[in-house]
Amino acid sequence: MLAVNFLLLAAVLFCIGVFGVIARRNAVLVLMSIELILAAVNLNFVAFAMMNDNIDGQVFALFVIAIAAAEVGVGLAMVLMIYRNRKSIALDGLSEMKG
Amino acid sequence: MLAVEDTHAALELSSGWFLENAWLIALIPAIGFALIIGFGKKMPMKGSEIGLASMAASLVIATGAGIQWMQRTDSASHGGDEAIGGAFSGVRGVLRASEGGEVEPYIEPVVTQWVWWQNSGLEFGLGSHIDGLSVLLLWLVAFISLLVQVFSLDYVRGDRRYTHFFAALTLFSSGMLVMVMSSNMVQIILGWEIMGLCSFMLIGHWWEDAYNSHSALKAFFTVRVGDVGLLVGTAILFFGANDFAVANLDSNGFDIRAIQAWALSGDGSSWTLIMASSALFIAAIGKSGQFPLHTWLPDAMAGPTPVSSLLHSSTMVVAGVFLVARIYPVFWEGFNIANGGLSFIAIIGGITIVVAALLAFVQDDIKKVLAYSTVSQLGYMMLGLGTGAWLPAVFHVFTHAFFKCCLFLAAGSISHSGSHHSFDMKKDMGGLRKFMPITFGAWCVSTLALTGVIPFAGFWSKDEIIDNVGANGYTFLFWVGLGGAALTAMYMTRATYLTFFGEPRGAAAGIHHDDGGHDEYATEFRETAIRSADLVAALPRSLSAAANVPGDDIEHDAEGDPAHGGHHADEHDDHGPHESGKLILVPIVILAFLALTSGFVNPTPLAGDALGANLGEGVELLKKYVEPRYEPVAIGETAGHAGESVQLLEVTPLPAAEAGADGKDAYATGCGRTDPEPGTVCYFPKVKHAVPELSKILLSLGVVALGYAAAIGFCIAFYKNKNPRLVGLTERSRIARGGYLFLKNKYYLDLLYQNVFVYFVSRPLAKATYWFNQNVIDGAVNGVGTSGKKAGDWVYNNIDQKIVDGAVNASGTVASETGHGLQPVQSGKVNQYGALLFGAATVGAIVLVILNVS
Amino acid sequence: MNLHALIAQPDAEPAVNIALNIGFGLIATVMIFAAFSVVTTKNVVHAALYLVLVLAGVAAQFILASAEFLAVAQVMVYIGAVMVLFLFGIMLTRAQIGKEDGLNNQGWQLGIPVAIVLFGLLGYVIFNTFEDDVLEERAPFPTEQLSDQYLSAYLVPFLAVSFVLLAAAIGAIVLARKD
Repeated sequence: MLAVNFLLLAAVLFCIGVFGVIARRNAVLVLMSIELILAAVNLNFVAFAMMNDNIDGQVFALFVIAIAAAEVGVGLAMVLMIYRNRKSIALDGLSEMKG
Repeated sequence: MLAVEDTHAALELSSGWFLENAWLIALIPAIGFALIIGFGKKMPMKGSEIGLASMAASLVIATGAGIQWMQRTDSASHGGDEAIGGAFSGVRGVLRASEGGEVEPYIEPVVTQWVWWQNSGLEFGLGSHIDGLSVLLLWLVAFISLLVQVFSLDYVRGDRRYTHFFAALTLFSSGMLVMVMSSNMVQIILGWEIMGLCSFMLIGHWWEDAYNSHSALKAFFTVRVGDVGLLVGTAILFFGANDFAVANLDSNGFDIRAIQAWALSGDGSSWTLIMASSALFIAAIGKSGQFPLHTWLPDAMAGPTPVSSLLHSSTMVVAGVFLVARIYPVFWEGFNIANGGLSFIAIIGGITIVVAALLAFVQDDIKKVLAYSTVSQLGYMMLGLGTGAWLPAVFHVFTHAFFKCCLFLAAGSISHSGSHHSFDMKKDMGGLRKFMPITFGAWCVSTLALTGVIPFAGFWSKDEIIDNVGANGYTFLFWVGLGGAALTAMYMTRATYLTFFGEPRGAAAGIHHDDGGHDEYATEFRETAIRSADLVAALPRSLSAAANVPGDDIEHDAEGDPAHGGHHADEHDDHGPHESGKLILVPIVILAFLALTSGFVNPTPLAGDALGANLGEGVELLKKYVEPRYEPVAIGETAGHAGESVQLLEVTPLPAAEAGADGKDAYATGCGRTDPEPGTVCYFPKVKHAVPELSKILLSLGVVALGYAAAIGFCIAFYKNKNPRLVGLTERSRIARGGYLFLKNKYYLDLLYQNVFVYFVSRPLAKATYWFNQNVIDGAVNGVGTSGKKAGDWVYNNIDQKIVDGAVNASGTVASETGHGLQPVQSGKVNQYGALLFGAATVGAIVLVILNVS
Repeated sequence: MNLHALIAQPDAEPAVNIALNIGFGLIATVMIFAAFSVVTTKNVVHAALYLVLVLAGVAAQFILASAEFLAVAQVMVYIGAVMVLFLFGIMLTRAQIGKEDGLNNQGWQLGIPVAIVLFGLLGYVIFNTFEDDVLEERAPFPTEQLSDQYLSAYLVPFLAVSFVLLAAAIGAIVLARKD
């Protein structure tokens, strides 16, 4: 198997995730797109671990999984709070930071 | 007998259960703390029994460890067949090198260590490192803590946070024990910080009062300033010693023994050693209340008296001294003490002795007198360490703990039963010797010990420090030490007189004007300076109070402390001064007994001819069992073998050091800056011991006697007879008033810290700008104005109005326009930000790729 | 997209295992389709289910890349826990389940050029760097080796991550609590 296979698959997932983050309006969907990005990163870690015959890549992949779980937990809690406050989770409504 | 004829003699050292399980000494109080916190309130005695039991268990194990350490040392000298009893009877099989005898071997410490955590191969251990110094202090801390807890049973009875008090007290002792038995620097930091935290909790025990919580914060933060030094110093030592330790000793740069060996090996550069020792000594300054950072110690008196007593005798403040003593080779080499370098430590110690002793003169609060006295005595310890008198300094730690603890507990007893919770000597004490004879007796014994009168404990240790300082060639510091001894005698006489003699005043006379403040200050938290006018206004009143003007004049003092109601119900039906109960008196009497006798564990003058006794070096128990030997040890055998009851140690004796012409030890060449013999390390520098002389002993006793005579004369003239030439001197004489104010304001150090250092962070720019505006700009403008108004007008109209204003306005306009132009980018929409972020990252990456490829 | 390049394998490589490659290609195709669906579907619940497909595919790829422990962890953490969270999040924030307009932004087209340029860049760099590198088949890394790494060299980061998780749990509770 070629290393390029894994890396390209990861690149495709990453770009789809980036597109999702930019295009989606619903906060939950944006969080899902971020999951796509993180999954792509994990694929890369594992592929490099295999390529270099070194387990450190897998170690980091597991760290990414843990951090992703934390991110989803906090992110969804925030989404929930936003929904409770404004009855909507549309991100374009959240423009208090407007300059 | 050790066969020194062989170059490599196998040495069998005995060990034992207590030595190998000494970590229990610290662990038991830590568990006790958890139990008190968890279950204390449900226990019949509200948790205090857990604290007492854990300290008692620690004391038992520490005693066992001490006995086994003595056996271990003896087993090195006598092949293990002689018990410690021989040492007490003054019989010694082996003469020390200084007596023309054989070289004594290095006694391997018993190290038990577990890996606490590790990171990329670097292991952080946690365990016990038991040698003479740690055994001595472990026992001391456990003993004093137990007595203080017994004292507290009665003293804080009925307190609203009784359980928490015992919990914090137990954890505090545990922190000190952890630090004392540390086998590596990380553990030292651990114990150090536990103590810092607990001191904060205990000093602020009655935090409802703003003064108390301020004092707790002050103690915490002042010590934190020094803690930075501890971290930096540990890091420097680690990076300096790690390679050496990994290569030679199979340990790492945090290990205490590795650091000791490295410092003496000549492997580290002198610059590294100076940096490390300076940083670590800053930590010791903070913790041990040395000169510039001593200001927290007197304020720490805001805590309950048992806390002050524990804090100031065997824990906390001794931690800094212990740190220096523990990794002494670093300081020895870093400050070049071997060659009589005028070290940072000795200078700070000398300054502290005098500065703190002078401050003790102007305190009206009995505990504050004792606090400054502690600071001053800590100065002696530092002075000793800084001039190569390692053993006398450690000895002074040992004796000082007993008599200072006794003095504090006596002060607590006085306030508890004699002066109705007041600590003010001038207002509420006087004549108490009739009411509290036992407390008075204990106080006197401890005072005599503190001032260094001959058979009492302080004499043997303090005099030895002073003697060694002189013998090591520090003549000026020798006189500083002597002067400090005279000052000690004077301020202690003043405190004793005001407390126990004369006519009773205030609460001691049965007049109760305060409504039950429990061990708190009748004073407010004053951060401002006492000005001369205040002094003149305030002084006659306090003086008249001190001079026994009858009660009606004192009544108005009640206004000074209105805020202390409601802490607790006053339990004392008997409102006159009386002797305290047994729980308070027993610890005091035990400590007073030790203040009388503890000096005889190392009476150096008795060992020689100085006092005509000539009992031989065998009476110097601390020298034999506590002071590490300097003989080098073969490297291959030094790795700690935990769990083995008998260790085989390869010892390479150096040729016995040639004695100097005057009989003093000559410095060894093996463990100095020059490299030791290949394949060997040593763990302790070769320190000199002064030989006591009768003339010097008489000199120091004479100085103390002079101090006593002067002080007694002054007290009688001033307080009793109200000699008109002395009373009111501070109002009449400008010099006297200046000196008094200077001392009363504690050298204005608090003001310096408060106003300069604190405000320098918060308001420097405003002040500097204002000053610049007022002085420089105004001056310039005025100058321009006086030299020619026209020129000024021209400057104003053209340069200022047109160019400067124009530039300012223009830049504002540009910024505003740019902002408006970029405003749509700041849409506040997350997705757009995401698009910009990823787009920019992509573009940046493309640029990088192109640059790299082409 | 460059799907063709992923599936087509040069036969010249001797070490290439055909079955593995076919498996990889199939899974990759499903994953890419599902990922597209996640970001384009108009039904939020469907998006979540497509995401399950993608993450399961990642787990399968982990097995192919001899990371078995990670595959199991991926299934348990993502499909077991994170997806449930997502579904709860969808249910708690929306009453309506079904097709819905307005899931995308006004300027959602902006994402297309960014994604394509990014992919072009990544693809170029990957082909340029790892053109001929072959991932040799090997036995899976033993889990023991992984745990050894966690508990020795990476102990401190490991502890730090546990603190992060604790903080996240507390933070999520604080944020989501009704008060």
